[in-house]
Amino acid sequence: MSRLVEPSAIKPSVYFDPESIKNDFPILKRFINGRKLVYLDSAATTQKPQMVIDAIAGYYQLHNANVHRGLHTLADEATSGFENTRRKVAEFIGGVKTEEIIYTSNTTESINLVAFSWGQGNIKAGDRIVATQMEHHANLVPWIALAKRTGAELEYIPIDNDGYLDLGNIDKIITPNTRLVAVTHVSNVLGTINPVEELIRLAHDRGALALIDGAQGMPHMPVDVRALDADFYAFSAHKMLGPTGIGFLYGKQNILETMEPYNYGGEMINEVRYNYADWAELPYKFEAGTPDIGGAIGFAPALNYLNKLGMEAVRHHEIELTAYALERLAEFESIKIFGPLNSTKRGGAVSFYDRDIHPHDMAQFLDSRGIAIRAGHHCAMPLTKLLGVPATARASFYIYNTKDDVDTLVEALKEMRRYFKYD
Amino acid sequence: MTDSLNDLYRDIIMDHFRYPRGQKHLDKVDIKTEGKNPTCGDELELELKIDHDIVEDVSVGCKGCAISIASGSILSELVKGKDLQEVKKIARHVKGMLKGENMSDNFNLGDLEALKGVKDFPVRIKCALLSWTALIDGIDAWEHKEKAKVSSTE
Repeated sequence: MSRLVEPSAIKPSVYFDPESIKNDFPILKRFINGRKLVYLDSAATTQKPQMVIDAIAGYYQLHNANVHRGLHTLADEATSGFENTRRKVAEFIGGVKTEEIIYTSNTTESINLVAFSWGQGNIKAGDRIVATQMEHHANLVPWIALAKRTGAELEYIPIDNDGYLDLGNIDKIITPNTRLVAVTHVSNVLGTINPVEELIRLAHDRGALALIDGAQGMPHMPVDVRALDADFYAFSAHKMLGPTGIGFLYGKQNILETMEPYNYGGEMINEVRYNYADWAELPYKFEAGTPDIGGAIGFAPALNYLNKLGMEAVRHHEIELTAYALERLAEFESIKIFGPLNSTKRGGAVSFYDRDIHPHDMAQFLDSRGIAIRAGHHCAMPLTKLLGVPATARASFYIYNTKDDVDTLVEALKEMRRYFKYD
Repeated sequence: MTDSLNDLYRDIIMDHFRYPRGQKHLDKVDIKTEGKNPTCGDELELELKIDHDIVEDVSVGCKGCAISIASGSILSELVKGKDLQEVKKIARHVKGMLKGENMSDNFNLGDLEALKGVKDFPVRIKCALLSWTALIDGIDAWEHKEKAKVSSTE
């Protein structure tokens, strides 16, 4: 049932000690059902280090005020903290302009912003939008809805049996009437790292724009959106040590300038009369209403934390841990692993299926052993169907996970099979 | 810690999961319904053979977790030979029980008693409900059609 794990081409070295990193995360000291928590659900959301928690609390304790309005000290402090994070993000993703960084609530909202604001003005009947078969609903449903509104057609780049995109017929998929190619950087189910640079180039060759869903990409590897030449890149703070409720859309300035606002209200305006309004400059044009200021301020120490570790090291740790997990899961004759088996070509979200035990029963059993995994369709229903299973189990790793965590998972899976009387 | 797990996966549940009853398709089908929990990926096919409002035979084909399979298996044993009105009453009772409502009616639930543990695992309740909801929907639809047929012949 299980295939052999390809030996990884790179022998990664450990640049940091995940065991000591665990100490910065108070939640990882918790006991769940009598066992020390083993958190293997970071693809859903990562845990937060103490400094992030402190920054959020500190903002509300000392600096709470609304941003960009009010001429008092607190308002100044809140505004400068809020804008400080924007600058850090602009730097983190490759040194872009702060005008190109738009605060949203999450990756989903970032993509919806593009689908509504850019989509409405640029997509018409007969145009084509290209996505892939491995998209998360966040990079799928907004395009289904846009196609429905406009009469555009949707086409998908297929995946092969190993979980890679099959670019064999790409010329027939990214056609001259294609206006947008929307691709996930890293699959949240298969773990596949997609050749986004190549896809962006192919899109541009056909005169289309490219949007990258970076929810599982940005947190896990060095990303330079300018080197990629992405037109849009969407990601969330909560999947990279930051708080929930904060996400970002990077967009090229010249494109963002042509787009109409997505939400209307306070903050995003320049001048308003009773029968007239015009819009603020970038990036505020897209930021109507009071944002999640505490969340934004809480994200700065998360970025500091990742910068200190270095994203190269974060990626190397993930390669090493994923290789180990793939190797150990392959010990189970009953378990099928989905996605690439070469850890240098994939991220740390590992989906698998035990032919005898439904993923929900598996997750329930593992929870009783203090292990948190995800079970279900992972917001990728069409993909799960394509894989031919009702649901999958997914273990996903981040900087605080260790080989011991993988061993704990594997031992618990063995115990699970005995519990359900299969071994 | 394993105690609460054993409360969910009681021996009777495990037995119904490993050896589900009422699996084979019926030769004559009067009521056929499908149940789905799209978020779990669980799928269920329920067939009933009815004779004079009595459930003559039943088949439950379920692709899902241990709880949904066991619940369907128990259903197949419990409703066989019973009158449709009684079946509906049992199904409503089960739904109430799983939702943690105080049920005043007094049923001998048999193996169904073992499903009681599910109510302490909120995310699993819908697994246990799948077959029972399909059963109620199936009977309702059938009765509707029956009535429609009757009224059209008048």
